[in-house]
Amino acid sequence: MLAYLIRRAFLAILTMWAVSVLSFVVIQLPPGDYITSYIAQMSSSGSFVSQQEAEALREQYGLNKPLYIQYIRWMQMVFQGNFGMALEYGRPVSEVIGDRLWLTMVVSVAAIILTWIVALPIGIYSAVRQYSIGDYIATFVGFIGLAVPSFMLALILMYLGFTLFNANIGGLFSDEFAEAPWSLSKLWDLAKHLPLPALILGLAGTAQLIRIMRANLLDELGKPYVVTARARGLAERHLIVKYPVRVALNPFASTIGYLLPYVVSGSIIVSLVLSLPTVGPLLLKALIAQDMFLAGTIVLLLGIMTVIGTFLSDLVLIWVDPRIRFEGKR
Amino acid sequence: MTDPKDANPPAAAAEEGGAVLPASVAEERVSVATQWQLMWWRFKKHKLAMASSVIVILFYLVVIFADFLAYSDPLASEAQRSLLSPQRIHWFDNGRFDPFVYGLTGIRDPVTFKRVYTPDPEKKIRVRFFAPGFEYHFLGMIPADRHLLGVVDARAEDTLFLLGTDEQGRDLWSRLMYGTQTSLSIGLAGVSLSLFLGVLLGGISGLKGGFIDTVIQRVIEILRSIPTIPLWMGLAAALPNDWNVMQVYFAITLIISLIGWTELARVVRGRFLALREEDFVMAAELAGCGQMRIIFTHLVPSFLSHIIAATTLAIPAMIISETSLSFLGLGLRPPAISWGVLLQQAQNIQALAISPWLLIPSIPVTIVILAFNFMGDGLRDAADPYGH
Repeated sequence: MLAYLIRRAFLAILTMWAVSVLSFVVIQLPPGDYITSYIAQMSSSGSFVSQQEAEALREQYGLNKPLYIQYIRWMQMVFQGNFGMALEYGRPVSEVIGDRLWLTMVVSVAAIILTWIVALPIGIYSAVRQYSIGDYIATFVGFIGLAVPSFMLALILMYLGFTLFNANIGGLFSDEFAEAPWSLSKLWDLAKHLPLPALILGLAGTAQLIRIMRANLLDELGKPYVVTARARGLAERHLIVKYPVRVALNPFASTIGYLLPYVVSGSIIVSLVLSLPTVGPLLLKALIAQDMFLAGTIVLLLGIMTVIGTFLSDLVLIWVDPRIRFEGKR
Repeated sequence: MTDPKDANPPAAAAEEGGAVLPASVAEERVSVATQWQLMWWRFKKHKLAMASSVIVILFYLVVIFADFLAYSDPLASEAQRSLLSPQRIHWFDNGRFDPFVYGLTGIRDPVTFKRVYTPDPEKKIRVRFFAPGFEYHFLGMIPADRHLLGVVDARAEDTLFLLGTDEQGRDLWSRLMYGTQTSLSIGLAGVSLSLFLGVLLGGISGLKGGFIDTVIQRVIEILRSIPTIPLWMGLAAALPNDWNVMQVYFAITLIISLIGWTELARVVRGRFLALREEDFVMAAELAGCGQMRIIFTHLVPSFLSHIIAATTLAIPAMIISETSLSFLGLGLRPPAISWGVLLQQAQNIQALAISPWLLIPSIPVTIVILAFNFMGDGLRDAADPYGH
């Protein structure tokens, strides 16, 4: 188990490093550097930056140094919690991002939890009642879930909500809570708005999980131990839930590691359609305005949060799957 | 792999023959059938996959004949005709086959001062098949001006909008045809690139093993655990603004192909690992075959079918990626036309509520992705000699 844990932790750290390099690439890609954009920003608002000032700023940010030194400097800044300035807003990046990062994670995790809650019983049902009408319906809905990109689903639901109920189904908060400080009632308001975006985001994953669960359970149901248990007169419900489902659940748990990056990715676009106050709209605006410190930081933080989430799901896997726990003990 | 037990038992072969053959003859046919024949028989049994393949082929026919199927210039905009609703074709006039649409008359709404168009039963615009229209080059080479549909003796105000118009007054049907061309071809181009990367890296990984294998596997694991869309958004946003349509097209293809290769590399590596130990590889080695010959004449044919299946399943992801990026305004940009670019117009919920036909491009997206998925599933099952 320890070996497994160390391996996962090592991989997580390696991934975070890769994310940081890739985010740095995103920051560096557009032509010009931070100071060129800064000067452009200043002159568009009527101020003037002299040549000397520009040089001094470049010196200060180390922009005249080779790339790897710039990367190291940026990392130093990041470790001190300083993500630079967001040009468009004239405020520190961390302030601009604020709650949005957490809300992104809340939406994503809610989507995954919902995925589990929905996929588990449907998957079991589809396997136990194979080729029943319910099974066909589940398969059909599952395929639709796989085929309709989440942003399109969001668009269609927005449209239906707007024309049928004349209601805006977007957003994460009611108007009166949007700018309010956190309180219990705001939290409750969030909880009320969460299911729909979570469902939209989770549908594709749900479809996948139902298929995995169904296939796994079907494999288990044909095994001799199930036949033996049935022959011995064990109650059907008891028999299925207690043994084959538990075995089928293991590969199920490990898919969460792949689900999280997928859902976080999807949340970016869905947030734009549903105008959720997550980092999605902010990232798009930053990229279009070439506000690269803001954009790079969002890419970096999203990546790191995802890696941490995946690592946590690995810990859950250790807890669920005894085969990993006892690895190396034999 | 050509073990008769693995293929469809005699029943399928008998079906193939059209008549009921004696069991021994049928078995004989199975045992002498090539691997591809066995796969084809098995694939044919999968009705859904067969139907899906037909749909995919139809869509690719649209890709080839987009110019012919469109009937008006997809870029010709006319502010006067902004957001017109779809016109229905009436096939019969006075009991004769004589397709026409009602002409539209615009009046100013006295309250909102917006131009409102209503069908005018007095004005019948005749629609003809294979009518001459704007000129184009079929397949980029052969000059032509015939289109599937067209308006006869078209005057400036005689228009045909099967699916309505967008905000700039461009015909949605024609744009959809060109969008299909772009989106589906970008899917193919992207998948070819990732196939190349996947086979190369997966092959090296599976063949060489050891340190290189570990490195490539870690890279794949890392790439799979990063949320990709923000990253691709960052890369796509860095494309210079002054690039032309073709340059952006290739850059976007490159970016989305970076998504797909990991899964393909995994499949290729798995196959290489499994086959490396087989006796026929050993025999080839003993007979003095070079490594390249072993790979290309002995190994690749035996897992080509798996690669084809995996590739088919990778295409929908490519199409979704392109559609998403373009939808965000970071992928292909106008004047390029793709499904994502078309759907971008549906982003505004108010506009959508008034003109719901802007959502129409989401229908082909869904159908094509479903069809590719079913087809890929069928191919995968057919390619697997140990499947049930």
